[in-house]
Amino acid sequence: MIRASHLVKTFGAFTAVNDVSFEVAEGEIFAFLGPNGAGKTTTIKMLTTMLKPTSGEMELDGLNPLEKQNEARQRFGIVFQDPSLDGDLTAAENMEIHGVLYHVPRKVRRQRTEALLKLFELWERRDEQVKKFSGGMKRRLEIARGFLHTPRILFLDEPTLGLDPQSRNQLWTHVKKINETERVTVFLTTHYMDEADRVAHRVGVIDHGKLVAQGTPKAIKEETGTESLEDAFLKLTGSTIRDESAGSADQLRQFARMWSGGRR
Amino acid sequence: MSAIYILWLRELKRYTRSRVQIIASLGQPMLYLMVLGFGLGPVFQRAGSGSYLQFVAPGVIGMTVLFSSIFSGLGLLWDRQFGFLKETLVAPVPRLQIMIGRTLGGATVAVIQGLLVTLVCVLAGFRPVKLTMVPVALVFMMLIAAVFSALGVAIGSSLQDMQGFQLIMNFLVMPIFFLSGALFPLAGLPKALALATSADPLSYGIDGMRSALLGNAHYGATIDVEVLVVVAVVLLVFGAHRFSKIEI
Repeated sequence: MIRASHLVKTFGAFTAVNDVSFEVAEGEIFAFLGPNGAGKTTTIKMLTTMLKPTSGEMELDGLNPLEKQNEARQRFGIVFQDPSLDGDLTAAENMEIHGVLYHVPRKVRRQRTEALLKLFELWERRDEQVKKFSGGMKRRLEIARGFLHTPRILFLDEPTLGLDPQSRNQLWTHVKKINETERVTVFLTTHYMDEADRVAHRVGVIDHGKLVAQGTPKAIKEETGTESLEDAFLKLTGSTIRDESAGSADQLRQFARMWSGGRR
Repeated sequence: MSAIYILWLRELKRYTRSRVQIIASLGQPMLYLMVLGFGLGPVFQRAGSGSYLQFVAPGVIGMTVLFSSIFSGLGLLWDRQFGFLKETLVAPVPRLQIMIGRTLGGATVAVIQGLLVTLVCVLAGFRPVKLTMVPVALVFMMLIAAVFSALGVAIGSSLQDMQGFQLIMNFLVMPIFFLSGALFPLAGLPKALALATSADPLSYGIDGMRSALLGNAHYGATIDVEVLVVVAVVLLVFGAHRFSKIEI
């Protein structure tokens, strides 16, 4: 369903993604793990047509996203690391815009919006402005929105960042459910190893832009001779702390978060 | 087409929901209208140029449309840093449609703001000379809105963050306003100033509105329309180009 071969992305002299190859089968939940700045988000950006790779090839549901950009976009949904909802609009309106942008027919749009908002426990509050929602509700809405156009693949870039354990737990339950009922392939990144262990069928570990391990969580634990995925992760990537160089956009984002009390 | 419509609708919904902002944005034009309109009125009268309130009202309306459309384009910056833009840019829709939807939305909002200020002007005592010409003034409002929404989108697509905002405000938006003849007649200016005003697209917008609402124009309505249409097309193409280059 997803195939990446020899993906490379360089920014000037810095190589963010260095010869990464992997495959994700249809219906699989694949977790992409790695320390800050390891190249997770860059990889997602390339797969989702937001960045052009320096070299390498990709395939999404049999399509080359570089050649058939819009067809490929129609087939995946993405939940970004940062919120991408319009806070001034209601939950239903955010869904509506997404449905129109993804060419979902009106009738299907209504049915799926209702079904998804009910599943993600947001139906009762569909006519409220999103800026009044809690962090967990916003995340749920974004994921529900990502499923609206019945994508074949859903990309989740650190979807549980900043959520409490209850919300995280609930979120994964929903994602697993849709993965099973609609056979959607899920590609996710996270910093929480226990989540990856619980949710993912297979994981890939990336460090310094290179894929250092991939396989089922069990296989990776056995390979490294560790008890938990967290230990395996630390063994694979070392325990030094990474300093991600913050671009001005990141700084601004942080600033905005600070001043909006985390509402955005 | 439906993508353009839904993004246009989004701009309108956001506008109608921010009531406080609507009221606040009427503050500045009212200040210009009341303080300058009545403050400079006696001097203007003595100089034999008639009522200053009559003269300045089309300028204040033009100013409102200018600010409103530029800011809606710059709203792109906000959308870009904090979210919604990404959602539209990874959608399976050509970028041009997204740009057009946004620009039309911003321009529509700017025209509504212009109409609101027109109403305020009328309440303050402004009277169009010929009522049948008011729709022509509306056309000029739309042209001003098109020109500056496109410019706003072009700038919004080019800046990385809000840091450049003040720069744009001081070195672009304010000069456009002050050089446009919104506040003073364009006749008999020193050469350098006359040159600068004739290079300012807003001059033609406000001149066009004066020709419609007051029946006298400096450049003439035909030239005004021609200049505005050409500038609008050029800026729309430029804005679309800049917008297509945005990286997320």
